[in-house]
Amino acid sequence: MPESHMASFGRFRRSHEFWLLTVILGLCASLGFANAQFLTMQNLFDLLTSYAFVGILALGLLVVLIAGGIDISFTATASVAQYVTLSLANAYGANWIGVFAIAIGIGGALGALNAIFIQKLRIPSIIVSVATLNIFYGLLIFFTGGKYIYSLPDWFATGIFWFEFEWGKDSSYGVNLQILALVLAFLVTWLLLNRTNIGRQIYAMGGNTDAAQRLGFHIFGLNILVYCYMGVMAGIASLIQAQLAQSVAPTVLVGKELDVVAAVVLGGASLMGGVGTVFGTFLGLTLLAVLQNGIILLGVSSYWSPFFVGLVILISVSATAWSQRERRTRSAPR
Amino acid sequence: MSNAPALSLRRRMVGLASSGTVATLILLLFALWVVFAITIGDRFFSVNTLQSMAFQMPELGILSLAMMLALLSGGLNLSIIATANLSGLTIAFLLTRYIPGSQGLAWVGIQVFAIAAGFAVAALVGLLNGFVIAYLGVSPILATLGTMTLCKGLAIGLSRGNVISGFPEPIVFIGNGTVFGVPFALIVLAFCALPVALMLNATPFGAKVYMIGSNEKATRYSGVNTRAVLLKLYLFSSLLAGVAAVVMLARFNSANAAYGESYLLVTILAAVLGGIDPFGGFGKVGGLLLALIILQVISSAFNLLNLSQFLTLAIWGGILIAVAAVPHVAGKAPR
Repeated sequence: MPESHMASFGRFRRSHEFWLLTVILGLCASLGFANAQFLTMQNLFDLLTSYAFVGILALGLLVVLIAGGIDISFTATASVAQYVTLSLANAYGANWIGVFAIAIGIGGALGALNAIFIQKLRIPSIIVSVATLNIFYGLLIFFTGGKYIYSLPDWFATGIFWFEFEWGKDSSYGVNLQILALVLAFLVTWLLLNRTNIGRQIYAMGGNTDAAQRLGFHIFGLNILVYCYMGVMAGIASLIQAQLAQSVAPTVLVGKELDVVAAVVLGGASLMGGVGTVFGTFLGLTLLAVLQNGIILLGVSSYWSPFFVGLVILISVSATAWSQRERRTRSAPR
Repeated sequence: MSNAPALSLRRRMVGLASSGTVATLILLLFALWVVFAITIGDRFFSVNTLQSMAFQMPELGILSLAMMLALLSGGLNLSIIATANLSGLTIAFLLTRYIPGSQGLAWVGIQVFAIAAGFAVAALVGLLNGFVIAYLGVSPILATLGTMTLCKGLAIGLSRGNVISGFPEPIVFIGNGTVFGVPFALIVLAFCALPVALMLNATPFGAKVYMIGSNEKATRYSGVNTRAVLLKLYLFSSLLAGVAAVVMLARFNSANAAYGESYLLVTILAAVLGGIDPFGGFGKVGGLLLALIILQVISSAFNLLNLSQFLTLAIWGGILIAVAAVPHVAGKAPR
């Protein structure tokens, strides 16, 4: 038994996740040392709350990437879902279950549209999603005039706050809507990818579509599922973002798609398909969140924040690629 | 019997459509031309409309060329807009800080020096991209995502998000002047497109780029120094972004870290619409230029019809899907 533990630890130590974890722990330790604010409950909860939107989208994108596709239309999907859902809720009234059902329905439908274009017209997913990003977003702004919605239903403004508990003197914490949705999204995605037959099929399809097809996998069905999953995540993310911002701003989400791509690919998912883990995505997300938060806490002007984020992305992907190349040349000398 | 000519015409159309994206695009352009001629009439063909189209196209055109180069090799360059803004800010900073008042030799010298400095910045970013992609083996999307964020951060950090504006006459002319009625910026686009087309079609370097795009490993094993080719390719791509920087800052008479951000995905749209295979290996400059004209015609026509620019975006997306679907619908799926 200990030997197998050693072996699995050895495997972990050589993995992409290990390097990410080391960087994150080092970063956390030095940030905690430099600024006492960093390792507080307050900061942790704030971080989780503000990164829930990117995180939920990242989980949807992870599934798409593993399946061998790509989707960048999700910010437009989220904008549409947000706008339509809350307009309907304002006009006709709806409760939590209602708004989530509508947003999930819209997200899923737009995702299915992507899958149909990709599969039935045989267009590469990158082309389809660049196109549908423009179509969804263009039509949304055309029909709504790009007007913001500021008045949201009262119950929606209040949000959800569970399991309140006291920590320290006079600060109380609880599970809010954002954290709840983020944790659920992680759990469901992990279950889907690791504990279901469909999850194994998604990995297989991303690894080699032809082989998967010959094995009798239902490729169209899997693609529909994957892009719908992305759309559903976009729908959920859009609602928790609207609840956090207390408004619906149709023009602010589009343009953020590359942040999500950065989190997922930093976490080790491959654009070639078949590779990627929920844990890796969690780490990629954590790295970006800790970095951006840490830079602010260190008192660096927010103008410089993207510079350091870019630097860390570049260094971390270069180091990973370099170490993988070294290992390849060692294991298979030419 | 009476059906035969119609049938053969239809078959000819389908044959033409499936014979390549360029044919499809020419058909599409012709169709659009007819539709807009009917709906808009004379205004669509006025000198004003044509000239405003010719003024708007070059920025996107040069940036699309930059994106195209990376796409041909099977890569991607997400950093072009950020590179353009960073090098634009460099030029703008030097111009506004050091320009002497008089119109002497120093006045000209500073302008040339400023633009050269802008190109140097673009070249550095290109070399960084090329090094990380070709020599460290990072996937292009990740590498250029990193440099994109880095350049944007540098641009925002150095300029504190401010706009730098107010340039001397010759610089402004690049973006707003005309030569015999032809916008100077369009001439700049031509001076970018022509060498790129020649390089791709008539030089060994171009042949190697297409080979890498088709199969990088096979190209490497056949004795091509793929790393050196890729490094040069990303350098050229970045230098084109530098040219776009000059045109952009000249047209707006200002530079900022956030200009043209919405262009990034549009350059991919234009390139792919123009028949550049997003997985590399196929595509011509001619197709790209045709795609740019189509996008511009739609945008200008919608402007004349007083339709929202966002509807233009949606139509662009629809056209992309329609054109991409043509080979499949015409019964000639690529795979």
